[in-house]
Amino acid sequence: MSFRPDHELHQRRFSRNVGLGVTLVAFVALVFALTVVKVTRGDPMQAFDHTVRPEMDRPVTGGTQP
Amino acid sequence: MSDVQAYPQSGEAQFGDYVALLKPRVMSLVVFTALVGLLVAPVGVHPVVGFAAILFIALGAGASGALNMWWDADIDAVMNRTRSRPVPAGKVQAGEALGLGLALSGIAVVMLALAANLFAAGLLAFTIFFYAVVYSMWLKRLTPQNIVIGGAAGAFPPMIGWAVATGGVSIESALMFGLIFMWTPPHFWALALFMKEDYHKAGVPMLTVTHGRAETRRQILIYTVLLAPVSIWSALTGIGGPFTLAVALLLNAVFLKGAYDIWKRAEPVAEADKYAVEKKVFKFSLLYLFAHFAAFLVEAMLKTYGLGGWA
Repeated sequence: MSFRPDHELHQRRFSRNVGLGVTLVAFVALVFALTVVKVTRGDPMQAFDHTVRPEMDRPVTGGTQP
Repeated sequence: MSDVQAYPQSGEAQFGDYVALLKPRVMSLVVFTALVGLLVAPVGVHPVVGFAAILFIALGAGASGALNMWWDADIDAVMNRTRSRPVPAGKVQAGEALGLGLALSGIAVVMLALAANLFAAGLLAFTIFFYAVVYSMWLKRLTPQNIVIGGAAGAFPPMIGWAVATGGVSIESALMFGLIFMWTPPHFWALALFMKEDYHKAGVPMLTVTHGRAETRRQILIYTVLLAPVSIWSALTGIGGPFTLAVALLLNAVFLKGAYDIWKRAEPVAEADKYAVEKKVFKFSLLYLFAHFAAFLVEAMLKTYGLGGWA
């Protein structure tokens, strides 16, 4: 079984494609590293997770209560 | 300006041509000064956050470089020094430079906001706007003071680095800004004195073209004299110390002597020795900025051993 030979375009753009690929992989790695740092060092984070969690309700300030 | 002109396409653009659009040499100075701004700040930053922040500041600077190359392709095509840049050389189309510049600007600002804080990101966005719009599009072709005002764009990186760590500005970061701002005119006018053919041909209103070379020599001296107090003041603040002060005094003494020599020289004398003094002062000005920021960094390191600073 043989692959189709590379189009001449692929050869001309080889450095661009490799460079862009490496750049994107590096970007993903950096975002991952940033995420790890932010999550492990940041404030405890919690948000809505489909169950009622009264402790997350913000206290009501101002306005008139019915 | 460049969008009405087409430059003959010569072969396929390689990855390196797109990197060249980002002005890697300018980026290296941005990386260094921003890194110093970040490291001398009184607040520590996690190494990964610091690395990412510096990377995106550099990317933002590179993006503004690409926007500059898109707008100024017509000037670049005329000047010997810039003729081989990717757009005038026909390797990358002007529209591609515009697209790359805009896309990378957005990525750099958003990512800096996420990695560091909104204030630093806002400062980066303003820097890109200042360099691409205020300097490149507006002032460069309008006034011989283009270098002075354009120098502000190059002066922002240490301020952004400081903002990454502290989330704001302070007298120290303002003085680091002032140092590069006041240093830029004598640095570039010394270059303009021995690269006169280029600016003449391009019709850029360089001080040498509009006000003459004698006036340029005088302005170099004036700005170098004004630079000295900014430098000394910075050495007396929280980022300075005895070591920084000693380095600053030495650097300013040499720079002032060089600027004085340039001012004293008559044009025929300079032409006779092929602008030896001007070239020497230009080279020294690069060392001046590097050594000054390196001194801040050394002072910060000394502080960790209880040695540096004004305690």
